[in-house]
Amino acid sequence: MPTIPQKIIHEYLRHDKKFPHVWCAGCSNGIVLGSIIRAIAGMNLDRNDIVMVSGIGCSSRMPVYVDFNTLHTLHGRAIAFATGIKLHKPHLKVIVVTGDGDCAAIGGNHLIHAARRNIDLSVIMLNNNIYGMTGGQVSPTTPHKAYATTAPYGNIEPDFDVCKLAIGAGATYVARTTAFHTQETQNMVKEAIEHPGFALIEVICACPVIYGRLNKKGGAPEMMKEMRDNSIPLAAVDKLPPEKVQGKIIRGVLHKDIRPEYCALYADLVKKAQALGGSE
Amino acid sequence: MPKSDTKNSNNMNKENKTTPTKKIEELQTHKERKTVLMQGNEAVAYGALDAGCNFFAGYPITPSTEIAEILAAELPKRGGVFVQMEDELGSICAVIGASLAGAKALTATSGPGFSLMQEGIGFARSTETPCVVVDVQRVGPSTGMPTSCAQGDIQQSRWGTHGDSPAIVLYPDSVKESYELTIRAINLSEKYRTCVILLLDEVLGHMREAVRLPDMANVRVISRIKPTVPPQWYKHYENTEKYPSPMYSFGEGYRFHVTGLTHDVLGFPTNKPNEAAEMMSKLKKKITYNIRDLVQIESFQMEDAKIAVFAAGITARSAKAAVTLARKEGIPAGLLRPLTIWPFPDDAVRKMLRNVDTVIVPELNQGQLIREIERLVKDRSDSKLIKIQRVDSKLIPPQDILQKIKEGI
Repeated sequence: MPTIPQKIIHEYLRHDKKFPHVWCAGCSNGIVLGSIIRAIAGMNLDRNDIVMVSGIGCSSRMPVYVDFNTLHTLHGRAIAFATGIKLHKPHLKVIVVTGDGDCAAIGGNHLIHAARRNIDLSVIMLNNNIYGMTGGQVSPTTPHKAYATTAPYGNIEPDFDVCKLAIGAGATYVARTTAFHTQETQNMVKEAIEHPGFALIEVICACPVIYGRLNKKGGAPEMMKEMRDNSIPLAAVDKLPPEKVQGKIIRGVLHKDIRPEYCALYADLVKKAQALGGSE
Repeated sequence: MPKSDTKNSNNMNKENKTTPTKKIEELQTHKERKTVLMQGNEAVAYGALDAGCNFFAGYPITPSTEIAEILAAELPKRGGVFVQMEDELGSICAVIGASLAGAKALTATSGPGFSLMQEGIGFARSTETPCVVVDVQRVGPSTGMPTSCAQGDIQQSRWGTHGDSPAIVLYPDSVKESYELTIRAINLSEKYRTCVILLLDEVLGHMREAVRLPDMANVRVISRIKPTVPPQWYKHYENTEKYPSPMYSFGEGYRFHVTGLTHDVLGFPTNKPNEAAEMMSKLKKKITYNIRDLVQIESFQMEDAKIAVFAAGITARSAKAAVTLARKEGIPAGLLRPLTIWPFPDDAVRKMLRNVDTVIVPELNQGQLIREIERLVKDRSDSKLIKIQRVDSKLIPPQDILQKIKEGI
């Protein structure tokens, strides 16, 4: 894919309104936003038809910076708001930007039910393994034994594999990548938007200022290197001995299938109800 | 089978049981609507449909579920959306999302679900997104008594969500009025760009009364005003003086931002005190400048009354009966009944207090409406307030109110 010049990114930002942004130096959120914009720019979509919805948290601050229809909602509820938008105007491309706490803790119920319905939303979960905005509390994806301000003796809970959860709940496109793999993220965002059904992309992100500091991960460059070195593509998993796969981030499209999409099913229901007669 | 229909609807006689769907078909197909027997909850559903509601997201809860059931059958026929969400949190959020995309959206719930929806209600008020929440009140606190009547959510409907925000809350006392106030709730939500709450009493939700709904031609429907400016001039929260600013929806070429954070006129988050003050004043002004449009009140036998009963919802039915009985005995009693409980009808109550010596406030809670009367009576040491409060799930019978009227006169 040809590289799209930086000015494209500039074109999609509300650059005269809302900058500088709130993210810390070294945060992955801006990198992921770049991948999302490049994906959308490469798709020739009318930006009037794009709605970006988010919940609460660092990553959920993303919509305010981009020149789409944008909605910054309540903690955990982005997918529920997005469901309402999509059902009323199914032609809109609805992208949900959410974090690990927003999506997998407080918003877990909406995630599994939207996946079950297979409603055509593209959910991009930026997983930085911690609650960054509130200063570093333990999240459902904080690794076992890792430190957080509310896990000062190490996290005793196991962490959540949100991709497995989404697959189990019925999502029809599930992928995982890292903020280091910008081209891969871009490709996945494109696929997720094009996919006719519920799509979830987990993007592993670095939070050097809070998670990195609490867990002695070094600075942003070290955390980026860790994403590079500690992740393996799905295609390579079978070729590697199990001990080399253990503890690694598996990147790639983990699940893809086609199942009737919710808005399409609803449109059929409307036809059925109208054919049965009654009002109008 | 609706009782009043039997004589002139031969085709209906084949059916022993009238389903809600059947009934609404009949309502829709006859140009002139007939008198039918219906529940308060049914009336709410028909009111929503007549007001142009085209989106419902909800979660089953007694005693409001009939509203969802009727809309599940009816909305698809009109191309509208019915979705049963995973909980009430999701329901109110889907409703707000749909409204931002242009829908006339409504949800219905009861106590526990109403509590869960409070955060969303605050979001709708803050972001000035039209929507309607119907709360068919049941006995609380907590799960309480799901099929019994209480008026415990009167203050919650005003102050249930955190932060300081104005509220519009309507409160019918009959099945017919449930229909009318549902239409009014949707109209006001569109006109004032806010979440309007319709409070119903459990008894009213489930009670059946004979009503003749108005013909569709006589139903006044209000929809949100769209601005005429080009996209680059559009301000989602333009500071207009009297009414809320006109609004566009997602997907109409006006790419605006909506956030629950305190925001400026464009919708972008702000920490500037002057912009925060402007937003808060805008939210308040659209209510206070339009009190006369928002407040509806029924005055019954109040012209020469020396003793007044102030009651809302189902309790006002008992009160009206008590006043009628008192009048038969020559006691100059009257009833003042707010159809809009928030904003509170301060002026009407002040006027009442000027003319009567004693006010009786019967209510199915431990003192929620009476707080407001106490607030207004403060500077009138000669006025006497009598409370009748009942929280054992039973209604207040007219005789109890009549007895207090006799004691108070």
